[in-house]
Amino acid sequence: MAEKFVLGPVDWSGSRAVSRRKSRHLADRRLQVYGLTAISIAIGLLLILVTSLVSTGYSAFVQTMVTLELDISTDLVSANNPAKGNYREIIGAALSAQFPEIENTRDRRALTKIVTKNSHFMLRNAVVAKPSVVGEIITLSFPASDPYDQFNKGYIDPDLPEELRRLKDHEISWFNKLDERGLISTPFNFGLFVNADSRFPELAGLSGAIVGSFYALLVCFLISFPVGIAAAIYLEEFAPRNRASDVLEVNINNLAAVPSIVFGLLGLAVFLNFFGLPRSAPLVGGLVLSLMTLPTIIIVTRASLKSVPPSIREAALAMGASRQQMIMHHVLPLAMPGILTGTIIGLAQALGETAPLLLIGMNAFVISPPGGLLDASTALPTQIFIWADSPERGFLSRTSAGILVLLGFLILMNLIAIVLRRRFERKW
Amino acid sequence: MANYTFLLILLMSLMAYYLGRAAGRSFVGGSTKPHSLPEHHGLFVAIWVAIPALILVLLWLFLQGTVIDYLLVESLPSAMVETLSSAQISLILSEVKNVAAGQLFSEPSENILAAAERYASWSQIARWAMIVVAAGLMSLTLLVSRSRLTLLFRARNRFERVIQGLLIFCSVIAVLTTVGIVVSLVFEAWKFFEKVPVIEFLFGLNWEPQIALRPDQVAGHGAFGAAPVFMGTILIAIIAMCVATPIGIYTAVYLVEYSNNRFRNIVKPILEILAGVPTVVYGFFAVLTVAPAVREFGLFAGLATSPNSALAAGAVMGIMIIPFISSLSDDALNAVPRAMRDGSLALGATRAETVIKVMLPSALPGIVGGILLGVSRAIGETMIVVMAAGLIATLTINPLDGVTTVTVQIVTLLIGDTEFDSPKTLAAFALGLVLFLVTLVLNVIALTIVRKYRERYE
Repeated sequence: MAEKFVLGPVDWSGSRAVSRRKSRHLADRRLQVYGLTAISIAIGLLLILVTSLVSTGYSAFVQTMVTLELDISTDLVSANNPAKGNYREIIGAALSAQFPEIENTRDRRALTKIVTKNSHFMLRNAVVAKPSVVGEIITLSFPASDPYDQFNKGYIDPDLPEELRRLKDHEISWFNKLDERGLISTPFNFGLFVNADSRFPELAGLSGAIVGSFYALLVCFLISFPVGIAAAIYLEEFAPRNRASDVLEVNINNLAAVPSIVFGLLGLAVFLNFFGLPRSAPLVGGLVLSLMTLPTIIIVTRASLKSVPPSIREAALAMGASRQQMIMHHVLPLAMPGILTGTIIGLAQALGETAPLLLIGMNAFVISPPGGLLDASTALPTQIFIWADSPERGFLSRTSAGILVLLGFLILMNLIAIVLRRRFERKW
Repeated sequence: MANYTFLLILLMSLMAYYLGRAAGRSFVGGSTKPHSLPEHHGLFVAIWVAIPALILVLLWLFLQGTVIDYLLVESLPSAMVETLSSAQISLILSEVKNVAAGQLFSEPSENILAAAERYASWSQIARWAMIVVAAGLMSLTLLVSRSRLTLLFRARNRFERVIQGLLIFCSVIAVLTTVGIVVSLVFEAWKFFEKVPVIEFLFGLNWEPQIALRPDQVAGHGAFGAAPVFMGTILIAIIAMCVATPIGIYTAVYLVEYSNNRFRNIVKPILEILAGVPTVVYGFFAVLTVAPAVREFGLFAGLATSPNSALAAGAVMGIMIIPFISSLSDDALNAVPRAMRDGSLALGATRAETVIKVMLPSALPGIVGGILLGVSRAIGETMIVVMAAGLIATLTINPLDGVTTVTVQIVTLLIGDTEFDSPKTLAAFALGLVLFLVTLVLNVIALTIVRKYRERYE
């Protein structure tokens, strides 16, 4: 039995050893391939995500416009009171003038649907802004309504059977004639950034959502930044090591991992129901977001404070500074770049947060940007959610465009954070 | 008006600072040195002017609405409000406020018009009263604190003590938030459990919350059994983890063991982008791309596929969790002492054998902690499932069926509904309580495991 434990000289070049080595190295290679596959799946998914958003969203950055020559005749608009003119008639006449062959009223009415339904308001505003044009002929461009916009962007296939299309053959021929006469243009869609929400996709824009998000983030910053820094200073520099501060610490770590929707429930029950603050207001949104961002800022600030070397503190204390003077005059300024970087990243997270804002009603349909913190408003992510739920085809590309705008803001914020870190990072 | 009040507080505090500093300066140059610098005298006075006034104004703003509403209801003729429920009273109140704001939809009654007038004048009085009271309070505290400044007054210590108090208050806010969450959830859920028994809520198999909206419906008649909802949540979380765990762990293994620094520096930021994409974007991605793909696949394979299948929602949620798992596993693998890894390699093990037999077992607690945190995220994630998962609670484990989750139900029950006494809204809080408790337990376990594990190797 004993000789079994005595190992003879191993034959490393024998066929068994070679094949075992081979299979072991093969296993090694396999793991490497699995790893690479996993990484390429992750990156590939990101690419698919971005491609599908860009490919559906890019078309919303341009808007089909119809240019019309409008006869602001004094019969329909009085120079004294231009706000009360019959502008619908003027636009109808301008479109009919392009197609004198169309006689029946039904087709004439269908013709006016080439431009967006709010065209007469736009014309009215243009005339009211410059009353001297009454009695003259002016040229103005109007957004084309959604079906024509979709057709112009190639989303409606003219080869499809007519009954499956949103535009019939004669409507397409009208549009093509206008196009031949050079009246159709597709400039950059400023309306996407200037307009607020609308029921009509061609008029819907993000301005209300952007302003609402800005207000909410402002409130979030004004609360979570000072409170977070103060809390972190206390926990890191002053708190005695005892049960109470342990509880605080565990509490903050757990708060950072509480699902965001629970914060929405808190906002609904406390801010709206108990304190009676208005629904859909950016103030409430900002308050909820600040509670969510607070743990992030506290954790980041503590890390930055920790990274300031003890020699700085000792030098300040040795010169007779009190502990608060040491922190306020020396430690905090040195930790500030790190704190700012973390705060910007925290705010970027808050900007993308949707669920809590839904619960406090920031998914309202609001057609003008909020004028203050208490006005009803949407935010960028909730606007995206509203548009994603809308059935019109035009909102599909608006949703993707909205997402691209949101991602643009997030990338911008993260870039600022990275630049700050690169510029001010100090190695001690 | 509130803006002017805050401006007034700011101006008064600035003035107080300069007054206090001037007083402090007058002590300098005598035979005895003053205890504190002039600036500290200034700060001491300023802080005593600003903080009480700020507390007063904030409280005032929070309570003004409630108090005026209460007074309004009291002032209405008792015959008008006596028999009404709280919801109807709040309707009357909002009508009064609309009339006061000049928005007339129909001819309001005599009483409403009178109440609107009272409301307008009271609001006006309240606004002015706030400014006057705040100004009075500030003058008082200014006089008192200014009069306390003397040569040997310990202004710096007094000031720092107040700041210390502020710091403590700020760190307590985090605890207050937790307390607020627990209290509001438990309070509303308690009201719900008075109408629907807990056992039925947790184990009932029939979830049809819409039915209870009808006034003649007996609430909780089998309509609030949340078991299918929990089941759907678990199903989607499992799908998500099936996607995220292998990809995340293999990514971490490759990055730690095989890749060079350059590759690592490129891949890690890309994974962080994946983590930074807002969930509403993932939700739209699920609806736009993944759900149709899953449906196509189902048609191709001849399987009945729901348009909002659990598979699509879960898979996209998995993508969201990949970076989470990979970075936590990365940390855990990196925390394994280098000596263990080198020892294994030195004995002739291949890198794969080192990873599988040495590093993964010793990093396992950290990785498990990361997976648990990922599960807690998957359970609490809202937007992806709200957009991509279904609304109807079906008890199934078929990933191609549509299921609903706790978070979807919370959102659908609460959107557009402000009434707070129907079991429908309260059910959302009960679901929220369950969600909070489950994720809390998962987080505590995960954080404890991760911390214990870190301590072992430090």
